[in-house]
Amino acid sequence: MIVTTSWYLVLGALLFIIGGVGLLVRRNPLIMLMCVELMLNGINLSFVAFSTALGDIGGQTVVFFVLVVAAAEVVVGLGLIVAILRRAPGSTADDLSVLKG
Amino acid sequence: MKTISTAIFEAPSVDWWGLLPQMVLLGVALSLLLITSISRRKFSTAFSTLCSVLAGSTVFLIALGLWGDVQELGPRSSLASAFAVDGFSIFFTILISLGVITTALISHSYIEREGIDSAEYHALLMCSAAGAIVMASANDLIVLFIGLEALSIGLYVMIAIHTRRVEARESAMKYFVLGAFSSAFFLYGIALVYGATGSTNLVQIRDYLDQVAFRDEHILLAGIGLLLIGLAFKVAAAPFHFWAPDVYQGAPSPVTGYMASIAKAAGFAALLRVFFAALPSYKLDWSPIISALAILTLVVGAVMAILQTDVKRMLAFSSVSHAGYVLVAIQSANASGTSAALFYLFTYSFVVIGSFGVVSLMGWKDGHSLDRYSGIGSSRPVLAITFTVFLLAQAGVPLTSGFVGKFQVITSAVDVENYILASIAMLTAVISAYMYLKIVMTMYVTENNSEGPDITIHWTGGVVLGGILVFTLVVGIIPQSLINFSQNAVPVLIAG
Repeated sequence: MIVTTSWYLVLGALLFIIGGVGLLVRRNPLIMLMCVELMLNGINLSFVAFSTALGDIGGQTVVFFVLVVAAAEVVVGLGLIVAILRRAPGSTADDLSVLKG
Repeated sequence: MKTISTAIFEAPSVDWWGLLPQMVLLGVALSLLLITSISRRKFSTAFSTLCSVLAGSTVFLIALGLWGDVQELGPRSSLASAFAVDGFSIFFTILISLGVITTALISHSYIEREGIDSAEYHALLMCSAAGAIVMASANDLIVLFIGLEALSIGLYVMIAIHTRRVEARESAMKYFVLGAFSSAFFLYGIALVYGATGSTNLVQIRDYLDQVAFRDEHILLAGIGLLLIGLAFKVAAAPFHFWAPDVYQGAPSPVTGYMASIAKAAGFAALLRVFFAALPSYKLDWSPIISALAILTLVVGAVMAILQTDVKRMLAFSSVSHAGYVLVAIQSANASGTSAALFYLFTYSFVVIGSFGVVSLMGWKDGHSLDRYSGIGSSRPVLAITFTVFLLAQAGVPLTSGFVGKFQVITSAVDVENYILASIAMLTAVISAYMYLKIVMTMYVTENNSEGPDITIHWTGGVVLGGILVFTLVVGIIPQSLINFSQNAVPVLIAG
């Protein structure tokens, strides 16, 4: 069986969907952060797969940019989670419900 | 297209003059952080505010110089055509620099009142503004993504900067999760467009679509759809608007004004450049979708605003409906529609910064319910008049900038014979007017039974509110020069 580009694309799409569903379903802020990472890495896999299929190096350079952005996002996200958990230990996304109307 | 085996590094030519606005903002932001961190002296809030205002003014002057340059010599691009210097990018640079100045001045009294670290706040303000300028100037989808993230990451922290308030923490977390979610959609859209066209550069994408007849439509259309979803989240267009009321309510009021104006303008800049400039050959595919988004956004924004009792939430939904008007102009997919969208964004941005500036002055620790505004008309007449003008401008009353903006937007829909959309836009303008007038009535008609809120207006805030008031009225009466300005700013794609 030959593993073609579309296999990698399907795997990337699956990772993206698992991350997206996880973000919407899970309530633990840390796991939600992990789900964002999963989505971004699914996209990275698609970029590399396309890059190889097209024979163009651009897609692989993009992955470096995405990694840097993902790291910066995690820094801010963890900071926010620490700020929230320090005031209210053990809180989940359901506890963030002061604002509504 | 460079192949992997023969890729040789060629340093791209750099147009430093065109990159100067972002470099000034980032340079001042980093110096401000560095100086306040290593110095033993404690710097006052005024120092940070001054840094922001000076950086904003410098960028404004540079942008004016570049504008004359571009009008004379024509648009250009630099950094291997990843970065555009055209009327469109300079239009937004001017808007964003003015947004930085006004937001910095309005934030001044808020920061002093709430005891926030001013250097960090202003550094984040400038960094996110640099991200917004990059978004408006990007000629490459990846550069656009980096700009989007620089803007968003700065905003996540700015919303959360008041960590003692539970609303601010909650609002920041909501914006972070949904922002990251929507950025991922946007990035996946880039990946699919790259896979279908072989490039992330907007010029190359457009050329590819013009030249190659046989191509993979499914992947490309899915990519375009994901790009649209990602940007619709950022500009708070229905049905991707649900984060906006909560986030706008919980964020510090000056930051809300900044988000509702500059962040939204940058999102629309990206939308216009990607869809109008790079994907004109798919006009028949994306224009109806944007038209549907516009209808939904207008209706949701107008109807939901009526149901609110909190002034910040009312203004949040009104900002959703303003996004609908800009989408009405964008769906016409021609130069006059685009210039109508630019005019609308320019005038709306200042009105919304002013409105949230008033809200920031009014708000103290006990929230922003409509009752707080009762009787302001007699106790603080000047503030009440100013707020009334801002609200009437948002409603689109003649002699204000909002009327000219709405008129142009609806004309652009009529020009492409989309009469249904034009009538819905007019109808929802009437529904929204009810909500704005409800606030005005509360200020003037309702009797004030308590002694009223204790408001002190610092001169920085007063200058900005006065300036925006004059701008709103002047543009409402003699709009022609701003109309010409926006007509000269329609995006073009240029390589090399």
